[in-house]
Order: sequence, then structure tokens, then C-alpha cells
Amino acid sequence: MDYSSFLQMHEEFSLLGIMVFLLVYDIFAGEKAMKYFQPLALILLVIHTIYNAIPRDAFSIAGGMFEYVPMQSYVKAILNIGTIVILLQAHKFLNEETNRIKRGEFYFLIFSTLLGMYFMISSGNFLMFFIGLETASIPLTTLIAFDKYNRKSAEAGAKYILSAVFASSISVFGMSLIYGSTGTLYFSDLATLITGTPLQIMAFVFFSVGLFFKISLVPFHLWAPDVYEGSQTNITAYLSVISKGSAVFVLFTLLIKVFGHLVHQWQPILYGLAIASITVANLFAIRQQNLKRFLAFSSISQAGYILLAIISGSAMGMASLVYYVLVYMFSNLAAFGVISVIEERTGKVQISDYNGLYQTNPRLSFVLMLALFSLAGIPPFAGFFSKFFVFSAAAAQGFYVLVFIALLNTIISLYYYLLIIKAMYLNQNENPIEKVSSDWAVKLSLAFCTLGILAVGLISGIYGQISLLSFGM
Amino acid sequence: MGDLMTTFFSGQVPVEAYLGVSLIMFFAGVYGFLTRRNMLMILISIELMLNAADINFTAFNRYLFPAQLEGFYFALFTIAIAACETAVAIAIIINIYRNLTSVEVGNLDQMKE
Repeated sequence: MDYSSFLQMHEEFSLLGIMVFLLVYDIFAGEKAMKYFQPLALILLVIHTIYNAIPRDAFSIAGGMFEYVPMQSYVKAILNIGTIVILLQAHKFLNEETNRIKRGEFYFLIFSTLLGMYFMISSGNFLMFFIGLETASIPLTTLIAFDKYNRKSAEAGAKYILSAVFASSISVFGMSLIYGSTGTLYFSDLATLITGTPLQIMAFVFFSVGLFFKISLVPFHLWAPDVYEGSQTNITAYLSVISKGSAVFVLFTLLIKVFGHLVHQWQPILYGLAIASITVANLFAIRQQNLKRFLAFSSISQAGYILLAIISGSAMGMASLVYYVLVYMFSNLAAFGVISVIEERTGKVQISDYNGLYQTNPRLSFVLMLALFSLAGIPPFAGFFSKFFVFSAAAAQGFYVLVFIALLNTIISLYYYLLIIKAMYLNQNENPIEKVSSDWAVKLSLAFCTLGILAVGLISGIYGQISLLSFGM
Repeated sequence: MGDLMTTFFSGQVPVEAYLGVSLIMFFAGVYGFLTRRNMLMILISIELMLNAADINFTAFNRYLFPAQLEGFYFALFTIAIAACETAVAIAIIINIYRNLTSVEVGNLDQMKE
């Protein structure tokens, strides 16, 4: 057999190379060389991102197990950029005396999660998809429970793994029913074999639970606030952006590629989930006092908005979805970056602690304000354009009521995002959080995110480039 | 029912019997996951659910599509992945036991609102 075609998996192999190299480097490097571990890892990841960001021609290898379409290059590049930003934000945390020994593990685990997502995105078979999903979620659990002596962290890890495995075992049961009713697991064959028999509809419902859990839509969201609060803030950012972003893209491609004939069954399901996610998450977010829990609910409602792009099922929907994930990544990572800096230096995460933050930390509060404006969708920032594209994609398919409900919800969301901005800028406080000094890595990451929030919306070429490669039903 | 019994005793097990077993196992797992209060028991319940899917795969493959081996391979991979999940989950549960000296889920209430 000729294995040379496997070399076409550029992204996967280069990431695997980086992983193995860093693992060996971490074991054998001396005290002096270890100083360069983090810069080296970041530089390698940047080179990897730039090298793989250029789309290639579509191909399918291993008998259809691995299917590449050019759009995947952009999605993987977005995931890479997000990972780079998160690693920059975690720079200080990993340099602390207690964590220095675990640094190599942190990088290895975060890269293996990323590798799992690559395989999940490019899968052409349910077996490949399942392996990718689990390769993504098992190392992520160990990252959530990273701090062994912190009770909250262990608790979050247990909650995540028990509910993640529960969801994925329901998903596997669904896959077994799909196999039983069609006799194949290849996406390309399934497209014609899934015709909408009752067994196949049930199989679809079972199967989709695994992905809905990853995206944390409303009936499957109960793990999110606790896990977001308990894990280390940079990992929370990873969970809310990278893990979610890859899962929504996979959900979209699966729905149009494999379950295309079930469109009249999955559209009502997504319709209900979108309304429930946006509304319930918005209402719960209002009464949160902890910022990490607050952002957990905010990210659940953002996932609801992404469903509007998925429900359209069109090429425009895919373009708006990828664009939304890109913008959401910049805004959410900027918010989490500020929160992680303040939490690491002072240990404060309550909204009431942020009263009068402007007086002592004008720059950090400015970045957080931009991020929250972008998440709320206020015009000059990128968040407005991403929401606009998502709404127009859904409206183009005739979902006017859904778009109207989502629009009403953006007003509610504006209220609670403004609560934090009010706390930072208007509320009086005798002793606000003292001035925190951020290191170069965090400054770089926040500057990059701010640039993204300001520029991505204004440079129209980005959306045009994405929409060139998008495809729909 | 009579036909089913005769095929049982004549040595041929119909595919429906396997599916019945797997369905019972699956929903026993779901029930256990929702009602058990001990984390190890919850883990066992999840294993039941995964194994139910494996039985489905092998039964479908053997009876409906004997020409290929896709179902068997899927079952093999699921077993391996389930082992990884269990290893990580047990490590976390041990860590929780060290912190709390208990593995009851009722004690995981640090982050209640």
C-alpha cells in the first residue's frame, strides 16, 4: 500500500512534529535552555499557523476517512491564532515557581487537544470523528483539573469528564443506530443513504447530543458555569473559544453533508435550541456576580447566535459562521485576558470588585470595554458585523421570527454587558483594585485582540475571502 | 414470542435479542447516571452505556452487513477510548478523594450559586 498520500495532512503532521519536539526538548534540555522553551514553542506555532493558513485543493485520503476542503484551512488557522493568544496569556501563570515543572505538560496537552480538533474537523467517517472528539476532550479534562491542590479545579474536572463522557456515549449509541440502518459510516456514502426513516431520525437526535454538549446549548449547558468557574482562567478561555469554535463548524458540515435529507427534521430542533439558548442564557447572565460564570452564560448565548448561521444551511451561513467564530475569538479572548491578569495578580473575580477599575487600570478597563462592546454588537466594532451577517444569513432563508427574537435578546445582552462597563467607569469605590502590572506576553496578546476587534469589522476583504470558499446545501 | 423461544433453543440467536440487551443496558446506564450519588457508580453507569453501543455495532455488523468489518473496528476503538476516559476519570476521582476524603457527588458543591 502506498502511504505517501498521508503526507498531504500538512496541518496534522506539522502540529504533531511540534508536539514531539517540545516533549523531547522539555525532557532533555538543561536549565539554561529551558528559558527558551516558551518563546520557542510560540515561534514554532506561529510558523505552523502561517505555513498552513493558505488553502489547498480539496482531497480525500485513507479511503475517505480523512476529507479536506479548503475552508478547513481557515478554521484551523482561527483555532491556531486563538491558541497562540491563550498561550501568551498563560505565560506568567506557567512561569510561576510551582508551575514551572508542569509547563511541558501544559503545552503538550493543549496541543493534543488541538490535534484532536483538527482530526474532528477533517473527518470523513464517524470513527474518525469520534476519535477526534475524544482526543480533543480527554486532554482538555486534564487541563481543567490541572491544579491538583485546588479543590475547585478538581471539582470542575470531575463535572466535565462525567458529563462529557455521558454525552459522547449517547452520541456513540446514535452512531451505532446510523450504522445499523445504513451499513456504512462514511460521510460521502451516508449522504444518499440517510433518507429520513424514523430510526434514522432517532439516531440523529442521539448523535447530535455529543456536539450540542460541546457547544453547550441550553438543555446541555449545565456543566458550563461550574467548569468555567473552577478551571484556570486561560483554560476557561480555551474551552469557550477553541473547543466551541471547532464544534460549531463540525456541526454545520455534518448537518449539510450527512444529514442533508433530514433538513425538515433538524431545522425545528435547532430553531428551538437557538431560542432557548439565547433567552435562558441571557436571563441567567443578568444575575451572575462572578465574572467567569457571567462570561460562561454570555458564551452560551453567543452559541445560540451561531446556531442562526447553522440553521440557514447555506453557503452564506457557513461564511457568516466562520466570520462569527473569528470575531468571537478576538472579543472573548480579550475579555478573558483582562480577567486572567486581574485574577492572577489580585485574586478578585467578582463584578463588585471591578467597581472603579478605571481609576487605577485605565488601559485594562478600556480593553475590557471594547471586548464587551464587541460581544454585545455595537456598530463600529467587529461584533456588530458578525451579528449582522449571521442575522442576514438566517433571514435570507425566511427565519424572520427567529431573527426578531434574537434581535430582542441583543437588547437584553446589551444591558448586562453594560452593567460591567458601568461598574468599571461610573461606580464609586473607596479602594478599587490596585494597579496591576502586566508582562509583555499579556500586553502583546491584548494588543493583538484589540487590533482584531477594531480591524476585522472594517477590513471587508476578510469576509469576502471566507465567503469565497464556503459551501452550503 | 413462541418463535423467538424456539430460535433461542435451536441455537440461533436473532439480532433482536442482542438489540434488546443493548437497549436495556443503555437505559440502565442512563438511569444509573441520573440516580447514583457515588462517582465510581456513575462511571460504571457510563461504561454500561458505551458497552451497549459496542454490542449494537457488533450485532449489526454480524447480522446485517457481514461482508465488512466496520462495526467490529468501531467497537474495538470505542473500547480503547473508553479505557482512556476511565483512566482520566479515576485519576480525577482519586484527586477529589484526597481533597475531600469522599467520592459522593453531593460534596461537590463549592461552586453553587
